[in-house]
Amino acid sequence: MTPDKANDWTPLRLIKRALRRSFDLAERGAARLFSPELNPLAQLGAMTFFLFWIVAVSGVYLFIFFDTGIVDAYSSVEWLSGTHWYHAGVMRSFHRYASDLMVVSIALHILREFSLDRYRGVRWFSWFTGVPLIWFLYISGITGYWLVWDMLAQYVAVISAKLLDVFPVFGEPLARNFLTPEHLSSRFFSLLVFLHIAVPLILLLGMWIHIQRISRPKVNPPRKLAALILAALLAVSLWKPATSQAPADLTRVPVETGLDWLFLPLYPLAESIGAWSLWGLLVGISVMIAAMPWLPPFRRARAAEVDLPNCNGCNRCVEDCPYEAIRLVPRTDAEPFPHQAQVNADLCVSCGICMGSCPSSTPFRRVHDLKTGIDLPDQSLRAVRERVVTAAASLKDTQRVLVLGCEHSAAGGDLGEIVAFPCVAMVPPSLIDFVLSKGLANGVVIAGCNESSCYNRLGIDWTKERFAGARDPYLRKRVPRERLITIWASPFETGRYMAEKTEFAERLSALEDLTPVDADDGGSQDRQGVRS
Amino acid sequence: MTEALKMAARFTVLALVFAAVASLSNRPVHRSLPEGVGVLTVSFSHGADRRAACRPATDEELAKMPPNMRRPEICPRGRPPIRVEIDIDGTRMFDVTVPPSGIAGDGPSRVHQRFELPVGIHEVSVRLAEGAEGDFGWDKEQAIRIDAGANRVIDFRAASGGFVIY
Repeated sequence: MTPDKANDWTPLRLIKRALRRSFDLAERGAARLFSPELNPLAQLGAMTFFLFWIVAVSGVYLFIFFDTGIVDAYSSVEWLSGTHWYHAGVMRSFHRYASDLMVVSIALHILREFSLDRYRGVRWFSWFTGVPLIWFLYISGITGYWLVWDMLAQYVAVISAKLLDVFPVFGEPLARNFLTPEHLSSRFFSLLVFLHIAVPLILLLGMWIHIQRISRPKVNPPRKLAALILAALLAVSLWKPATSQAPADLTRVPVETGLDWLFLPLYPLAESIGAWSLWGLLVGISVMIAAMPWLPPFRRARAAEVDLPNCNGCNRCVEDCPYEAIRLVPRTDAEPFPHQAQVNADLCVSCGICMGSCPSSTPFRRVHDLKTGIDLPDQSLRAVRERVVTAAASLKDTQRVLVLGCEHSAAGGDLGEIVAFPCVAMVPPSLIDFVLSKGLANGVVIAGCNESSCYNRLGIDWTKERFAGARDPYLRKRVPRERLITIWASPFETGRYMAEKTEFAERLSALEDLTPVDADDGGSQDRQGVRS
Repeated sequence: MTEALKMAARFTVLALVFAAVASLSNRPVHRSLPEGVGVLTVSFSHGADRRAACRPATDEELAKMPPNMRRPEICPRGRPPIRVEIDIDGTRMFDVTVPPSGIAGDGPSRVHQRFELPVGIHEVSVRLAEGAEGDFGWDKEQAIRIDAGANRVIDFRAASGGFVIY
């Protein structure tokens, strides 16, 4: 089921499409420059984790030199930015700019996942648990600005106190701590240091929870990209070191402050609309974002099902599932295997990758009721085989090119003969062997999403590895590679998709036509591509 | 393009993006107060004397109490509200009855009011009554100089004799 058809409201669908188009353009540009593996836009989550570690390490370093007194706080920060600019000053810039970049990467991450419709259905968990992370990130950043105790800190302190004082939980209003220099206590800084350490730790815990329901979460960018990020941060830190503003002076009002517009844009808003309105706005927006997975709920196909007589508990579906929806459990029947696969329907997105990974998923099998170890009830292996045979029989052009494509890719809009799958990795390699060895088509196009944005996270990776013989079930060597191409193109790259497909068809015309044979004659081809 | 050139191009793009983000970390400048204006903040936390609400205990109430806990007066836990009036240059700028804080109404009443005033000397009169009726037991009148961007404060400390001006 494509995102466009998956029970969505029209305005949301249009917004997603516009966003998707923008991201697609940016991602393709970035992929050209950085390569798909290093594309920063394709790994915003991993980049955010990496930025968090930069902030954490630089924060620990800065804490060595930081003093927590009213006067000492400012002077210690000035000392490390002035005299010791070359190490502590650079670290301070790392600390600030990596935090700012976290805001940007998280904002892009949210918009990208939204545009890809990756927040509804069973994917609600990551989306929902991401909402508190935004709050924790902002609290971490705001308490950090407070610690420097310059005029910006004073501005942040006074407005924050006003915002918090609307809740009748403090014995003494917080704002009274910042009335005059006499009212301010050094103990307050100790409390802030505690908060500035504790809240990021809670943030880290939240980030860990956030990725719990996906397998192989990418929490580290590739080393080359990490090195580039560090180098760029260093360059910016040297070009524009993070500095303090004038020291805080409670006898004066911070009339003009250089705000961090990424962390503090709501502070001027709080001044103009008042505390209650701002809290209402923030809570309202947070609740709305958190509720989005159910506005409206995703209507998905039925979850994958295990067929025990065909499952030997080989673990491949467990390994390949991108959502940790499958696990091995002790055998419940009389088969002589210790384990069997079990699907958690609450986690399954019906991508079919498990079916593509199952060694039993081979269309060569001569059994009447073609079954496999794990299958999609709404798109079973048997149905796939029938659709492939039917589509192949309809091939009328001389080149006879059959497309096995992901419905989220450019192939989804192909008007020619295509068998669409929820994910390209649902295609068992033996199906390609089947098509070509039976002469059902002269060539096969395997079409998936753009390499930077596989809708089901790992479909492209698994397909590439299976074709390269690096992952079971692999594509047999006997499959003529000149009759097979892969096209990784988003729905907005139909032009490139069609051009590559046409070029492939032209190449095929130079090859001999394959003679169709009876597709039902499995014969000696049983269990193609099965290594176990 | 060689790998080295590619890496240089990647670095340049990332550095430019990071520089744009870094620029937003303290620009543009936000102005929170107009020119030629200062601030006078009246802020205090004061619990009205709850003895005002005390009344003599009746014989029946006294009889219900254990002998060692008998007291002649019964004082409710809650405090009465306070009333605050502030005049600036002869104009009533603030006239509020402030309830006590706390779920049981036994906490202090809190006042935190900010006035943005033009630069100059202002006649300020502030009064506080320990009850809603307006028997102002505490008051202060003073000319206060407000400079541009200054933050002047009126606090209240009953133990120090009443209103304190910073």
